[in-house]
Amino acid sequence: MLPDAKIPAGPMAEKWDNHKFDMKLVNPANKRRFKIIVVGSGLAGSSAAATFGELGYQVELFTFHDSPRRAHSIAAQGGINAAKNYRNDGDSVYRLFYDTVKGGDYRAREANVYRLAQVSVNIIDQMAAQGVPFAREYGGLLDNRSFGGAQVSRTFYARGQTGQQLLLGAYQQMMRQVHLGKIKLHTKKEMLDVVVKDGEACGIVTRDLVTGQVEAHSGHAVVLATGGYGNVFYLSTNAMACNVTAAWRAHRKGAYFANPCYTQIHPTCIPASDEFQSKLTLMSESLRNDGRIWVPRNPDETRSADQIPEADRYYFLEEKYPAFGNLVPRDVASRNAKTVVDQGLGVGPLKNGVYLDFVDAINRDSAEVIEEKYGNLLQMYERITGEDPYKTPMRIYPATHYTMGGLWVDYNLMTTIPGLYAAGEANFSDHGANRLGASALMQGLADGYFVLPYTIGDYLAPRLQKKLVDTDDEVFTQAVAGVQDQTARFIGIGGTRSPDHFHRELGKLVWDYIGMARNATGLEKAISEIKALKDEFWADLRVLGTADSLNSSLEKAGRIADFFELAELMARDALDRRESCGGHFREESQTDEGEALRDDENFAHVSAWEWNGTDQPQTKHAEQLVFDEVHLTQRSYK
Amino acid sequence: MSNTLNLTLNIWRQDGPNGPGRFETYKAPGIPEDASFLEMLDLVNEALIAEGKVPIEFPHDCREGICGTCGVMINGRAHGPERGTATCQLHMRKFSDGDTIDVEPWRAAAFPVIRDLVVDRSPLDAIIEAGGYISAPTGTAQDANETPIPKEVADSAMDAAACIGCGACVAACPNSAAQLFTAAKVWHLNSLPQGQPERYRRAQNMVETMELYFGSCTNHGECSEACPKEISQDFIAYLNRDHMKAKIFNRKLASQR
Repeated sequence: MLPDAKIPAGPMAEKWDNHKFDMKLVNPANKRRFKIIVVGSGLAGSSAAATFGELGYQVELFTFHDSPRRAHSIAAQGGINAAKNYRNDGDSVYRLFYDTVKGGDYRAREANVYRLAQVSVNIIDQMAAQGVPFAREYGGLLDNRSFGGAQVSRTFYARGQTGQQLLLGAYQQMMRQVHLGKIKLHTKKEMLDVVVKDGEACGIVTRDLVTGQVEAHSGHAVVLATGGYGNVFYLSTNAMACNVTAAWRAHRKGAYFANPCYTQIHPTCIPASDEFQSKLTLMSESLRNDGRIWVPRNPDETRSADQIPEADRYYFLEEKYPAFGNLVPRDVASRNAKTVVDQGLGVGPLKNGVYLDFVDAINRDSAEVIEEKYGNLLQMYERITGEDPYKTPMRIYPATHYTMGGLWVDYNLMTTIPGLYAAGEANFSDHGANRLGASALMQGLADGYFVLPYTIGDYLAPRLQKKLVDTDDEVFTQAVAGVQDQTARFIGIGGTRSPDHFHRELGKLVWDYIGMARNATGLEKAISEIKALKDEFWADLRVLGTADSLNSSLEKAGRIADFFELAELMARDALDRRESCGGHFREESQTDEGEALRDDENFAHVSAWEWNGTDQPQTKHAEQLVFDEVHLTQRSYK
Repeated sequence: MSNTLNLTLNIWRQDGPNGPGRFETYKAPGIPEDASFLEMLDLVNEALIAEGKVPIEFPHDCREGICGTCGVMINGRAHGPERGTATCQLHMRKFSDGDTIDVEPWRAAAFPVIRDLVVDRSPLDAIIEAGGYISAPTGTAQDANETPIPKEVADSAMDAAACIGCGACVAACPNSAAQLFTAAKVWHLNSLPQGQPERYRRAQNMVETMELYFGSCTNHGECSEACPKEISQDFIAYLNRDHMKAKIFNRKLASQR
């Protein structure tokens, strides 16, 4: 049974305010009696830990990085949305809410999204007060831009490094609490299990990546802010260490995993150049504001791009979507790039990209204007590919970027395990089947600064007499032994193939069958092939070195083992969802024009999957989505 | 398919913080010139694993020049030969077929080696903890546009705030000083209106913590040369100014000591 989502009653605009009043409070003097464990130091984790510390809770923060500032939120380029309406262009909380529900293809929970839009304005105020150097106009006021096809300018930014500046802001607030003794910081410790006693989360088990020590940590509540699972594709724009392990181990302990098949493929990344490639690099989609996307009409084209006349160029987005052109949403842009590449029209040595061309923009505005706007991006492109984008069109192709699915949480961000919370990309809650640009930073900070600090008190208040579970308790010793056994098992297999080898092979299966377009035959094939590869992994893995020192092969092995199980669930979820929506495109469900076709009758629900044991298929629970405010329509960008 | 290079690598191997280290020489044949420096190390590691040898530990994560995790000495230069480029963004087309490349961890007493090319940079976090923040608890903020900030000031703060905390400035410095790192954060916060109330406390506390771990600055300028974000040495002058003023502003009366 799926627990109640605890959506407050009352009109949409009053739900959160009423709920804040109705929730129980912990008296300031009692807050120090509670210990909260936070795992992950990205935007959601750092901001939650800092705010818990300010409120007076004892906090322990765990990160596997050598410093909390390395978390992958740091790599976000474009910006952060907020319904400030500083541009006087018709923006409002309601419009941001509406756009987010629509952009998510009507597969998000209305009440959560409305709250997100409400607190978005507080985030900008908070971050400015902390000294985040947002872009300004000459008058000294904050600058905005339009982003990701939005019809209003609501995106705040700090050059092309918005994620970096916001993360450093949250990290600094957290370090202030470390200085004040409110937060105990644990670096280079990877969470490998959640511990549950009498049905409530009571702590975690970590492995010290430097000494190999496996340790138990007890807390009254646990917050997982451990990011998304895009690295299941092997090649993605995520950092190398991003993984699903924390969320997955929680899933294995009883937390339901929601909508795993909702993955976002970002349209503007640099295409893979070879087998050795370790990651794909994102080029901010702001490039689509001025660049024109095209491929040659002739699959056997041999001329260089500048020699191909207009008539022989296929500007596929502009032709198909005259109203939005190159600015269609991410999922639409990505799928169309895949279509032309699959037709053999791709460009580049591997014919795996499409052109993003600045020639018209340079002729219109001058090379200086383009450099002023995009100089750092074009320089990064030149550095990676060795090609000059001012002379030769850039080559781009979609890559996995963000995962909308994640641990199921109720309105309070609590998972199906009482006392275990999930925040930021690790939960499933706000983006439905497709995330809009500049909304990830907004959600991470909303969860950490403005939602969890309220909702966690409601859980803790009645537990004032509850003692911390002793780390000698059976539940902890068993979990520690489980982690130690798994570590020993990886080293003991003594096979012939490296962790990276298996990760790459798994990634190919996931990309081919659970990527931008999916069908029943492919998904069934994926399930059996993933299983077969998983069996090979457990029989032929080679992890060298020891368990009692820094050993990145060993770390990877644990993460890949969890990716195998996740990949299988992604395929099952995608197979079960016999409709197309947002980032999930089922070839069997499309309009006559080849666009995603939803089936609201049968699939206007969240699929939350319950773990049944290793090698047992999970059980699906459906949370019906109710739309009181937003009118469901077929998205059209023509 | 890109051209390939045949390289010889002299790589620092060290089993743990206390163990002795040594250079080991590896052949790296057929390295595609489109590979990044770290992808080259991936290929070397795959070959080592195939031979049953323990792979080389090296620091890395985002591989797009922003997280600050990566960084090694390449032929004696922090982050290698290309200006304004972190190790992960350095590509092998900057090298030539037949090259011998020396690869070492950051060299600084404040950054002890954990294993092979990975070092412990936690003293940089200690400097931030000492005052690298503006005290603005959640929920207390006024509307963001209540405090206008001239564009030039915001841009200059951003120039300093671009620091990725990789530690190349320390590794490149003959004194292993952390002035550029500290100055970048001090100037980011001290130049903004929001940073004024704590301005001199911040300068003094961060410098005092820095001096617990790192050497002293003697204006060599190697830090800015090595910095992947090309952060200007000028910020060190601003830091020195605020630190000197702090000595006066923060003087305590006899009864307060």
